[in-house]
Amino acid sequence: MSPRRRGDLEPARRTSAPVFAALGDDTRLSLVAKLSDGQRHSITRLCLGSALTRQAITKHLRVLEGARIVRSVRSGRESLFELDPAPIRQVRTYIDSVSEQWDRALSRLKSFVEDGAPGQG
Amino acid sequence: MSTDRIEKRIDLKAPVPRVWRALTDHREFGAWFGVNLEGPFVPGKVARGRVTHPGYEHITWEAVIQRMEPERLFSFTWHPFAVDTKADYTKEAPTLIEFRLESIGGGTRLTLTESGFDGIPSGRRPEAFRMNEQGWTQQMKNIESHVAAAKRRP
Repeated sequence: MSPRRRGDLEPARRTSAPVFAALGDDTRLSLVAKLSDGQRHSITRLCLGSALTRQAITKHLRVLEGARIVRSVRSGRESLFELDPAPIRQVRTYIDSVSEQWDRALSRLKSFVEDGAPGQG
Repeated sequence: MSTDRIEKRIDLKAPVPRVWRALTDHREFGAWFGVNLEGPFVPGKVARGRVTHPGYEHITWEAVIQRMEPERLFSFTWHPFAVDTKADYTKEAPTLIEFRLESIGGGTRLTLTESGFDGIPSGRRPEAFRMNEQGWTQQMKNIESHVAAAKRRP
């Protein structure tokens, strides 16, 4: 547990669980993949190639919207959806930081068991 | 490969019983991890102690010990690197840390996993999520590179 940069994890920690939960579904992941072209898409376009009903797709989009991964904008009578990459980037940063902490802890464990570092009893 | 998890594998030039002791003896764990633990690890019980890294001694480290299967598996749940003394972590779902030990030619292969970042206990996870073979981190990398590529396009 290296102390460096640990404070930086706090905002990411708070937002990561809902983002992970929202992305924990194949349909929603495929919607995110479609939206990751940076364009705004109508529900009709997002339904293309999917076996799901328009209502089901809409429900999934609302879940993504709730986690702020996706934004909807009105265009005349229809809603267009676009991706906000920030929350996904933030959870990636969070996981990467936790992962780095483990790299450092495991390398301390390695010296501890291999070289008999101080503290060995 | 699984889902929303961190997985690390490290080969140690020390026999399994030595590594097991470094992981599960609270004084030895504390020495390399950087925490001064109050007492031995007991499955089902909270382990607690002060962080020993200079400048971070005001932080209390806490975990709930889950399983101790001698020389095979050691696990605990915690709030990953929880350091904000003002934050109330009790409302958040903890993640699960698992250390698995395997003997390899006199040494030890240690596999560490940390899972549960989505806040959903693994037993209640939807099947589709568990079946997602590429894994979380990879999925997110893919999405990110998609986004980056879209931005580069004229």
